[in-house]
Amino acid sequence: MTMPAIQVSQLSKTYVVPEREAGLSAAFKSLIHRKTREVKAVDQISFTVDEGEIVGFLGPNGAGKTTSLKMLSGLLYPTSGEAHVLGHIPSKRHRDFLSDITLVMGQRNQLVWDIPVIDSLERNRAVYRVPRSDYQSTIDELTELLDLGELLQKPVRNLSLGERMKCEIAAALLHRPSVLFLDEPTIGLDVTMQRRIREFISAYNREHGAAVLLTSHYMADVEALCDRVIVIHHGRVLFDGPLTDLVARFSPHKTIQIELDTESADLSEYGDVVEQEGARYKISVDKAVTPEVTGRLLADLPVIDLTVEDPPIENVIEQVFSSENAES
Amino acid sequence: MLSIYLAYLKTSIAVMFQYRASMLIWMIWRVIEPIIYLVVWTAVAKSRGGEVGGYTPGTFAAYYIVLMIVQQYTFTWIMHEYEWRVRSGTLSAVLLKPIHPIHSDIADNIGYKVLMTVIIFPAALFIGLLFAPVFTFHADLFILFLLAVVLSYVMRFFIEWALALVAFWTTRNEAFNQVYFLLGLFLTGRIAPLGLLPDWLREVGDALPFQWMLAFPVELLLGRLTNGEIAHGLTMQVLWLVFSFGLHRIVWWRGVRKYSAVGA
Repeated sequence: MTMPAIQVSQLSKTYVVPEREAGLSAAFKSLIHRKTREVKAVDQISFTVDEGEIVGFLGPNGAGKTTSLKMLSGLLYPTSGEAHVLGHIPSKRHRDFLSDITLVMGQRNQLVWDIPVIDSLERNRAVYRVPRSDYQSTIDELTELLDLGELLQKPVRNLSLGERMKCEIAAALLHRPSVLFLDEPTIGLDVTMQRRIREFISAYNREHGAAVLLTSHYMADVEALCDRVIVIHHGRVLFDGPLTDLVARFSPHKTIQIELDTESADLSEYGDVVEQEGARYKISVDKAVTPEVTGRLLADLPVIDLTVEDPPIENVIEQVFSSENAES
Repeated sequence: MLSIYLAYLKTSIAVMFQYRASMLIWMIWRVIEPIIYLVVWTAVAKSRGGEVGGYTPGTFAAYYIVLMIVQQYTFTWIMHEYEWRVRSGTLSAVLLKPIHPIHSDIADNIGYKVLMTVIIFPAALFIGLLFAPVFTFHADLFILFLLAVVLSYVMRFFIEWALALVAFWTTRNEAFNQVYFLLGLFLTGRIAPLGLLPDWLREVGDALPFQWMLAFPVELLLGRLTNGEIAHGLTMQVLWLVFSFGLHRIVWWRGVRKYSAVGA
């Protein structure tokens, strides 16, 4: 096996930001002596992503996700540490490197606002030196997967947000990059459109074996696409591993849902009753004792139905961040 | 590279057609501006007994018509664009492309000029009918003139592209631009032929590239320069071209480093 598509070691980015108090006198003072402050946006992160892998990059706003993606795509120079993407050092912005990656960030990257989408695609074809024969088949493929159809003939400014995002993604993938950095590719889109884009990313990854590093605030994206997640907070990696491990590690509880034939049972001796709706109860119990509690419930009570579940992934993530806050 | 330029030209011309009205307004200004100076200088020449600084109303007319055409083919608007590019983050998209961004700027500039050719010559003809220019055509001078215009265009493009990159260091470069344009107004020969400027101002001008952008090619074509002055002018154009080419390379390299250091 060759080297990983993305290799990051001890990568850091520190911003120097001017610090100024409010008010006029402070404004004058800053003319003479500028106070600055260092902000560690990314703090010695290390990880690798292999060819064909889809990795979710999770963290709250300001965690350092976008800064990391910008460093990996060559837009930002790292303060220290190293990154290699497809064997290149991103900040050198070598033409071969730029021709083989893509960064989708917001909705204003690829398309020229005033002209039909297809003209922007044609422009990208020339810039990325895509041969005509490949170009047509790629367009056909993208049109089918993303359902672009008549959108291609419309000027960009007449597209809706979701339509624009689809075209943006099409333009970003025209040159068939081997590494995709996707920063919130589904933000602001409705559920159907989110699913469509999700399916597309998955199909592209399958067909081209591309490595994908994506951030998203929608857990549905992460659950559907990513076998592996990297959680960062305050610029540091808190967790790197399969999604299921994340749940196992950071959620000490499981939820037992049971249905009884009575609405007046007292289940507090088994665990925390978090919800009751008629004869349906939800109890949160410590993971370690879950089998034992389940056994007792089944033995003691007239149970009609019983399921054991992990808590929703959102809650787990929240838990990860709050535990980090408690530590620091 | 050629196919990239063709694609760029296609999109830039398509975009310009979307903005027909504003293109036309800019164009009108480019035609009216020399007419204003021409009207003023014609009046001055007449009040001084038909001549001022070696220019008659007829040669003033020839001067301003040629100046308008040279200005049209050599000007750039890039200095007004970069601040926005840096501030709005569109520069990030440009940096992700596997091609130097100057190419799309060159293509945009050429596209505009090709399109405006259909307007500028009728406009020149129209001014000619109104002001009766006095003009003798010399084929050999015309060839040198074409060379001087090309050198002026390339030199001006690199200078203004490099200065546009000031936007990497300050987000308020409109003030800086104003200084540049004010100097240019006097020192390129727009507001008056350089011979009419006070000596001290001409000395300032000798240290700067402005006169080689407009005044030199115009006066060359009008036969107002000696062979020695023509050779000197072409040499200065080449020197400024070499300098500005180097400048744009250095400023771009350092600018991108700066942009990438503080957050794109």
